[in-house]
Amino acid sequence: MSAPGAAVAPRTHVVLAALLRKELRVELRSFEAVPAMSLFSVTTFVLFHFALSRNTLSGDLASGVLWVTLLFAAMLGINRLFVADAEQGGFDGFLLSPADRSALLYAKALTLLAYLVVLELVAVPAFALLLLGPALWPALPGLLVVLALGDLGVVVIGTLVGALAVRTSVRDLLGPMISLPLLVPVLLCAARASSPVLAATRAGPLPLRWLVTLALYDLVFGLITFAVFDFLLED
Amino acid sequence: MYGKRLRTLALTTFAALTLTLVLAFFWAPNDADQGFLQKIFYIHVPLAIVTLCGFIYGGVAAIAHLRTHDSRWDMRSYVAIHLSLVFGVGVLITGSIWAKGSWGVWWDWSEPTLVSFLLIMLLYATYQPLRFAIEDPERQARYASVFAITAGAFVPINFVIVRLSTAYLHPRVLGNVSANLPGRFQVVFYLSLVSIALLWITLWRYEMTSKHASAQLRALRRLLAGEDEEQLPRRSAVPTLSLETASAGSAEGGGGAR
Repeated sequence: MSAPGAAVAPRTHVVLAALLRKELRVELRSFEAVPAMSLFSVTTFVLFHFALSRNTLSGDLASGVLWVTLLFAAMLGINRLFVADAEQGGFDGFLLSPADRSALLYAKALTLLAYLVVLELVAVPAFALLLLGPALWPALPGLLVVLALGDLGVVVIGTLVGALAVRTSVRDLLGPMISLPLLVPVLLCAARASSPVLAATRAGPLPLRWLVTLALYDLVFGLITFAVFDFLLED
Repeated sequence: MYGKRLRTLALTTFAALTLTLVLAFFWAPNDADQGFLQKIFYIHVPLAIVTLCGFIYGGVAAIAHLRTHDSRWDMRSYVAIHLSLVFGVGVLITGSIWAKGSWGVWWDWSEPTLVSFLLIMLLYATYQPLRFAIEDPERQARYASVFAITAGAFVPINFVIVRLSTAYLHPRVLGNVSANLPGRFQVVFYLSLVSIALLWITLWRYEMTSKHASAQLRALRRLLAGEDEEQLPRRSAVPTLSLETASAGSAEGGGGAR
């Protein structure tokens, strides 16, 4: 902060920290996203129990049910991610400040990631308790790797689509409609990668092929989101 | 500017399509495995390739729109995606017919090309609703461009990923085009590709001409009625071309800026 101009444009990490504090405060005051997402995931497991008429699941079916549930619960978070900014002038306030615009992208992506982590802290134990046949502990290390990569994919696509849909007149409809097709490859790779881990007999090794594909997909869409996000803020 | 030599182009397209169909039905030999049914290959595969290229062109035009802020590029992107959606429905229908004929089912999940095509269509089906849901024309154009770029990048990536996920259970005609197909098949296939691409380009230019003409008409009406008579444009998914752009396309530099 030696040059006089530096005081006008605050550094990105300072802005980022401020934005993250704001997101945390908003969520702690309103409890709009995370509790709904967690409750939704548990309810969905109950629905799957009745819809499939199964008491325990394993392998392909277990990983499919887990990922579809996580994805749909994530939709709730993606839909809420930008609502306060669009409705209560958060965008305008941010754009009036001299802050770097990508700070908003980073802050929102980290917020969505935090939503997903909290969601999974509830949903994965609930899944193990309610539906999963094999024990969770041996599967957990492998599952955590897949969850991390899958979350990353949901974060990059969810942040972009959330920002794209929020200032339309039908945002609750458009958000899932646009993001679900884009998330099919994430679901595909994540479900295939976690199904041997959740297998009934004994946890198999992680299929590396799917993890690499998923990581590449995350990377490519991360770059795309980074490249086009600014245009959604230009007003 | 899009109307120039449009009639020649249209006639060429018509002639090329007619020639393709005649050659496909009467000159190319029947396939040894599939017999007469294989003729649908000459429509289905080129149609799919042209559709995907149209989507990708829509993304490229959207990049140009975001860089230049020229509403003409948004119109090009819009018309390309719009047209490819129509072509894409044709691809899904011809693909289904082919699947029914050769495998006995209307839909086959083990055919990666068909599955990835469906995904792409599901994604692009949200393009028009997205545009329609944003009232401010300038923001609509910008958001639609962001969508078109993202979706355009999704097209090739999605193909790779879905293909990885599927075992090659069925013989794939497209994979053999350059290697194993006898000469006559190849000639008709490439001719068909060219004539369907010509069809796409002709229709694209017709729609561009029509959109420009109606933008000009609107501008002239507004001029006649005077500025105070200006009525609010109806809410629409179609890009708005501003007056400067509409008048013969000779506006200086960024004609789309308001």
